[in-house]
Amino acid sequence: MSAMRFRQAIVAALTDEMNADSSVIFFGEDVAAAEGPFKTSEGLLTTFGPERVRDTPISEMAFTGAAVGAAMMGMKPVIEIMFIEFLGVALDQLVTEAAKMLYLSKGQYSVPMVLRASSGAGLGFGSQHSQTLENWVAATPGLKVITPSDPQSAYSLLRAAIQDPDPVVFLEPRILYAERGEVDTNLKMEIGKARVLETGTDITIVALGNMVNVARAGIKKAGVSADLVDLGTIVPWDRACVLASVAKTGRLVVVEESPLSGGWGSEIIATVVANQFKSLKSAPFRITTPDVPVPFNGGLEARFLPTADEVSRQIQEAIKNNSTPKPWWINEGVSK
Amino acid sequence: MTTSLQRRKELIASELVWYERMLEIREFEKQTNALFAAGSIRGTTHLCNGQEALAVGLASVLNPDDVVSATYRGHGIALALGLTSHSVLAEIMGKATGCAGGLGGSMHLCDRSVGLLPTSAIIGGGMPIAAGAALAFQVQKKSSVAVAVFGDGATNIGAFHESLNLAAVWKLPVVFVCDNNVYGEYSRINVTTPIEDLHLRANSYAMPNLKVDGMDIYLVREALQGAIDRARSGGGPTLIEAKTYRFAGHSRADQALYRPDGELEMWQKRDPIKVTEELLIKKGVLTAAKAKELQEIADKTMVDIVAKTQNDSEPEIGDMFKNIWTSKN
Repeated sequence: MSAMRFRQAIVAALTDEMNADSSVIFFGEDVAAAEGPFKTSEGLLTTFGPERVRDTPISEMAFTGAAVGAAMMGMKPVIEIMFIEFLGVALDQLVTEAAKMLYLSKGQYSVPMVLRASSGAGLGFGSQHSQTLENWVAATPGLKVITPSDPQSAYSLLRAAIQDPDPVVFLEPRILYAERGEVDTNLKMEIGKARVLETGTDITIVALGNMVNVARAGIKKAGVSADLVDLGTIVPWDRACVLASVAKTGRLVVVEESPLSGGWGSEIIATVVANQFKSLKSAPFRITTPDVPVPFNGGLEARFLPTADEVSRQIQEAIKNNSTPKPWWINEGVSK
Repeated sequence: MTTSLQRRKELIASELVWYERMLEIREFEKQTNALFAAGSIRGTTHLCNGQEALAVGLASVLNPDDVVSATYRGHGIALALGLTSHSVLAEIMGKATGCAGGLGGSMHLCDRSVGLLPTSAIIGGGMPIAAGAALAFQVQKKSSVAVAVFGDGATNIGAFHESLNLAAVWKLPVVFVCDNNVYGEYSRINVTTPIEDLHLRANSYAMPNLKVDGMDIYLVREALQGAIDRARSGGGPTLIEAKTYRFAGHSRADQALYRPDGELEMWQKRDPIKVTEELLIKKGVLTAAKAKELQEIADKTMVDIVAKTQNDSEPEIGDMFKNIWTSKN
């Protein structure tokens, strides 16, 4: 057990996997000599050398595809997309090539690669460097999608992702890189297994990434008794855990750092409603960002993101009245 | 039953098999076209008539443990590499006996035993993947090479430029083979591309490059062999442009009425099968009578395969749920 920053947990997971398995190689923009714009590859070039740790040209399509091809030939490539938005120019290689190789080859070619990227808002990077975008990839069968919420899950889930035989998208909430936490490097976490971080009786809160921390603060502020489920993996998500929790609490809210429309939280709610409607005391709902690009202005960006205050207000209202709270932008008459 | 690998070894071993394989590809496309026209096959297909010398030339110079990424116009390359006509036709017909179990279709052919990566239906899609396969060979210190085959149209897409640049800067053992058949989908190359000799684009990446008459299998082999040797010995990538011609339209919906008068007829005079036949006769490997006999055999064999394949079983309903992930999650 040792305290480390989130970004150091990423470095540690990469280091430990590269030591454990010589087929793990790592490449991306500015990850070797410069050790990563977020210092998530500190020391890797020195430790493992230029054959296994490489700087790429600014060519996401080429190096994402190169990871696909290398994975098909027996390597375990990990690549870094600096900001998840940059996946836009490489999406073909991930969703149209990597995700379908096993299927189109009748099981002959698997693609054991990990695509890491920083994601999320809160640091004033503007609308093209602040999205989470897990919804881009969550609807593509063949991929797995992970977002850790703290240094421990960053470490353990990244190791699981690298060991996994299939293509995994690993989204790192950028705002957490500097956060510290205890990390037990012997602790294994499974892809597809949620963690119940707090237990309670009145409501189930499902969250992902930094929204786990926001939800936790919201629960404290509200002073309610809640189950807090850190999903960790969006694809495949832990249905059994969420269904069991809602069976107990009878209420469900999903806190998502993504736009209201088309979010993964709708999938969670649809599953719960369809499978155990009768266990519900009130309508499940979601706390999301509004359907707008991420605003740059600091005050606006802070309101754009789900906050502990919003979580607190909405879960209290839901528990007290068994009603469905409205998002702040409707409540305050700012938007429809 | 003959395996893909056996067929590949036969091809590597004998000039006469090159000719037989080219005939097989031509007959295959003839029957495929007829089956589509008759409504016996769903979806779409892209024929490679006119491009057989490149496909067979490539398969004859590569080792079975080299890998090839090819395109949706891939029947010829698949057959040349060793896949059986039955396996490819069954795939096109969506049968369980197809190389992808009937889940891929005409544009998605694959066989790991002879290094055929799943063919891509995205222009340029296979190029970064070939570079990545080459990266694996480089790191693993293997002597294998990767080949990316793509059309002239692909030289205008980002994947082409990104892949060439990456391969050049990392000196990857990959050979880029542009099958310039003059048309990118429904558009003639001059409408979409400001230069005629596409191999020159590699100069921007300080990459060796050359063009070759893609209708002459001997010249194709010679050009490829040089590039493959360079890649194998650590000399890095090469771009080869093979000048071919697409005798058919883009896909089955396309009659190619946009072609200038006389262009097809001009290229048909240099039909790669005729060119090969003449060269083999000149070398004494083939006689005119033997050529005619082989053509008749190829024709009859393909007719029999069509009849047999039509009766093959369909995939099970559960097959669509397989091979989504390797893990059991």
